[in-house]
Amino acid sequence: MEFLGIGILTWITFLPIVGMIAVLIVPKENQSGLKWIPLVITGIQVVLAGMIYAGFNKSMAGINTLEGMQFVEKARWIDIQGVPWFGRIVVEYFLGVDGLSISMVLLTALISFIAVIASWNIDKALKGYMAMLLLLDTGMMGVFVALDFFLFYVFWEVMLLPMYFLIGIWGGPRREYAAIKFFLYTLLGSVLMLLAMIALYFSVTVVDPATGEKIYTFNMLAMMDPANYEPGSLLAGVGTYWRYLAYVALFIGFAIKVPIFPFHTWLPDAHVEAPTAISVILAGILLKMGTYGLLRISFPMFPDAANYFVVPLAVLALINIVYGALCAMAQKDFKKLIAYSSISHMGVVLLGMSAMNTQGMVGAVFQMFNHGTITAMLFLIVGVIYDRAHTRDLDAFGGLALTMPKYTGVMTVAFFAALGLPGLSGFISEAFSFLGAFQTHRMITILSTLGIVLTAAYMLWTLQRVFLGQPNEKWAGLPDINGRELFALVPLAVIVIALGVYPSLMIDLMTSSLNHLVEVVKAGGTMAMVP
Amino acid sequence: MIEQILHSLSLFLPETTLTVFFCAAIIVGLVAGRTSRASLYVALIGIALATWFAIQQAGSSEGIFTGMVVVDPFATFFKLLIGMSAIVILLFSLYSAEVQSTAHRHIEYGSLLLAMTLGMFLMAGSTNLLMMVLAIELTSLSSYVLAGYTREATDSSEASLKYIIYGAVSTGLMLYGVSILFGLTGATDFYNINRALATGSVNATALLVATIMIVAGFGYKISAVPFHFWTPDVYEGAPVTITAFLSVASKAAGFALMMRFFKTCFIDANALGLPAGMWASLQGFEWNKLLAILSVLTMTLGNLVAVWQNNLKRLLAYSSIAHAGYMLMGVVVLSDKGLAAVLIYFIVYLFMNLGAFYVVMLVANKTGSEDIDTYKGLGYRSPLISVAMVVFFISLAGIPPTAGFIGKLFLFAALLDAKWIWLAVVGALNSVISLYYYVRVVRNMFLRDPERNAEPVVFSAPQVVIVLALLIPTILFGLFYSPIVELANASVVMFGMK
Repeated sequence: MEFLGIGILTWITFLPIVGMIAVLIVPKENQSGLKWIPLVITGIQVVLAGMIYAGFNKSMAGINTLEGMQFVEKARWIDIQGVPWFGRIVVEYFLGVDGLSISMVLLTALISFIAVIASWNIDKALKGYMAMLLLLDTGMMGVFVALDFFLFYVFWEVMLLPMYFLIGIWGGPRREYAAIKFFLYTLLGSVLMLLAMIALYFSVTVVDPATGEKIYTFNMLAMMDPANYEPGSLLAGVGTYWRYLAYVALFIGFAIKVPIFPFHTWLPDAHVEAPTAISVILAGILLKMGTYGLLRISFPMFPDAANYFVVPLAVLALINIVYGALCAMAQKDFKKLIAYSSISHMGVVLLGMSAMNTQGMVGAVFQMFNHGTITAMLFLIVGVIYDRAHTRDLDAFGGLALTMPKYTGVMTVAFFAALGLPGLSGFISEAFSFLGAFQTHRMITILSTLGIVLTAAYMLWTLQRVFLGQPNEKWAGLPDINGRELFALVPLAVIVIALGVYPSLMIDLMTSSLNHLVEVVKAGGTMAMVP
Repeated sequence: MIEQILHSLSLFLPETTLTVFFCAAIIVGLVAGRTSRASLYVALIGIALATWFAIQQAGSSEGIFTGMVVVDPFATFFKLLIGMSAIVILLFSLYSAEVQSTAHRHIEYGSLLLAMTLGMFLMAGSTNLLMMVLAIELTSLSSYVLAGYTREATDSSEASLKYIIYGAVSTGLMLYGVSILFGLTGATDFYNINRALATGSVNATALLVATIMIVAGFGYKISAVPFHFWTPDVYEGAPVTITAFLSVASKAAGFALMMRFFKTCFIDANALGLPAGMWASLQGFEWNKLLAILSVLTMTLGNLVAVWQNNLKRLLAYSSIAHAGYMLMGVVVLSDKGLAAVLIYFIVYLFMNLGAFYVVMLVANKTGSEDIDTYKGLGYRSPLISVAMVVFFISLAGIPPTAGFIGKLFLFAALLDAKWIWLAVVGALNSVISLYYYVRVVRNMFLRDPERNAEPVVFSAPQVVIVLALLIPTILFGLFYSPIVELANASVVMFGMK
């Protein structure tokens, strides 16, 4: 699919940059222009994402085959002929979508659009804010469509600086601390990932079809094929020490983003201090990059290590689920509660992944999408109440259901989706994750279900404290949710309900890809067993 | 004989040009009057011409003046780098309040910059121990004076004095090492030293002692720990222009000389069975382990101490120490890849470091202070300059899509290719530490409100043009780095080495 000779994935990725330039040109007095440009741009992005959804072929698997990738764009970005001892340096501009990334592309477009709506009442340095938001959008979209590791890494890093500014300038009282903590943590993960990436680069060669010479490559698909590893190179072979080490380096890089215990401490700070729209993006999209990276890069490139470390992964998932839920239960701050619930819910994704079977994987990826929509709703809901009451203390409220009935209605959908009520999307994905994991890690899964109970407990307890009970006199005059806020929340609520009732809308997109991914990882794992 | 000298002279054109313009700068300055800027312009023209002549020599590779100096792609590369940074520094100087406030000493400024550049050009090409020491001395003596150029400021004089004392000690050590090496091998020519070492009859302990002493001299030039003590004080006290020049050109010249010394003296040119581009040390003398220790110390100490600095010049001084540590990693790996990575890093470093220093200078011109607090709210008072500063700092921290990332990428690539994994990990962790202090400045610029007088800070058009001229390559080379990699690849060739 092309427009003006440029592929749709390039459009969807770089459109925000165009918007950013437009925002920078518009004079800063023109407040409405500064809001409408990003809205239109992200709106077009949603339309493009819809077109990708419509044109997506569900039967194509992708993962490690070029033929299985859809909407592929491939061009030489860097091509240095070089000298004999350096080899030829080729970096490709290589984009594509398969069943693993399609849901993330849809999610990114949707959440970015909603984030712009949620940013409507930003008044401090609006121009800079929107420019940073759009730059962030490009980085996020790029991560999900890039199929060249170098390109992936560049997109991954491009997000850091805008996120630093968005938290640091427009955030809450402790914004400086939260912003630098986020920045340093993520960079620590990135540099480890960089080293693993370079090690992969020097281990994988492909034959250049044009000249017939062997060249090193950053092509992710080539890195997934064991036959491409140069004998004697650092990461050649199966189940070697270096491969495990590289896997761990990559894992830490992704784990910080997810975040997986014990790398999670940046998240509550960042979430609490970030403005509403940025919390929505953080929880809705950024966290998914970690798990996406594990599925796109770690698992298929290091199937031996992925199998070797599968139990530790499941244990970490268990810790995330239970520990996150317990922490959430102890919170008095509404936003911090949601932040810890994210840690718990991302644990479910990890548990699904660690199952190493199709149910688990489908559950994991579906949970990534659902968590994106549900947590986005939860953060928007916190934002709504914070804008009115300027406090997020859970004990300060009570009986809001009477003063804000419409708000309470939307909130109920989000809360029940988050605790996994059947009929809402969260239930399906959690059920699949647990179902898959039960076949592989029986005991760990049984313990993990404790998380479900805890989630129900803190969600219902919060519901009770804030919305039910005696109305607090102080908040009697609070206006109910307005049209703009509803406009941000309702589409998400519709998706949550629709996917709860008819999950095939999303699951069908990913099944064949994830089936194939499981095969690839399993095949690599059995190779590791043979000495 | 005459023919040889004439031929040598024809290849010595860049250096001759600098010498002629050195004299011209003094005469023109005297004729035009002491407060005239004429000497600065003469210096600018002289260095531009010399750089142009150096570029014309690209591709030629031979030894001149009976092997005292060589003209090869490696030397040409560094001459280009040094020439370019000298040109940029002279442009800075035209807008520097510090330099312009002492207009009556412009003659010294212009001529000494020429002399310093000449010394560095010679450092880039020397292949003889004597020439090496002479070139270092010429560079150092000129820079001592320039560091104390604004002698009205006491810290400038202090800087100069510290510089001389440290310089004298380390040059003394180096000379001692050189004499031991001469005693061991009976040669002053690098290639003859290599041949003498190849026979394998040299006492290993004595060789080690000599090498450590010579490394003291190099370490002082590139400000590697533990020879770095002069750096923060000199960088803080000297005029910003000279500080920037020392941090880029002087370091580049030091690295050029060091890499040539080690490669031509200690590498076994006839080693067999090595992959292309990898080297082997003579006599199994693992001098690169020495450099690995130096590298780790340098980058770690530079970064850790920089975290505590509140003066931007001092902060950048420690940051430049850390960067020397990164670049040393490239020398440790004993391969052409490592060497190329250092060259790539230098091209990138030229733009980003000069850019950062230039912004510091502009801000100091307007506010009279280099303190980190004066940067509070600068992002709202002067957005363009502040955004430029952010890009330079992000690049120094090595985050894509800036050129600094490409520099780090190739360094790490060279390390991993040679299986120096632990060193790569140390380097990677160090770049995380470095982010913290760079971001401290960014935080003050954008996350804090200005303290007082919050009116916009306006800079003149030529000043902005210079900023953009440094900013655009910093971003562009991060996205399209083929030119710098190709240039570096073509420039690792040293005369007489395969």
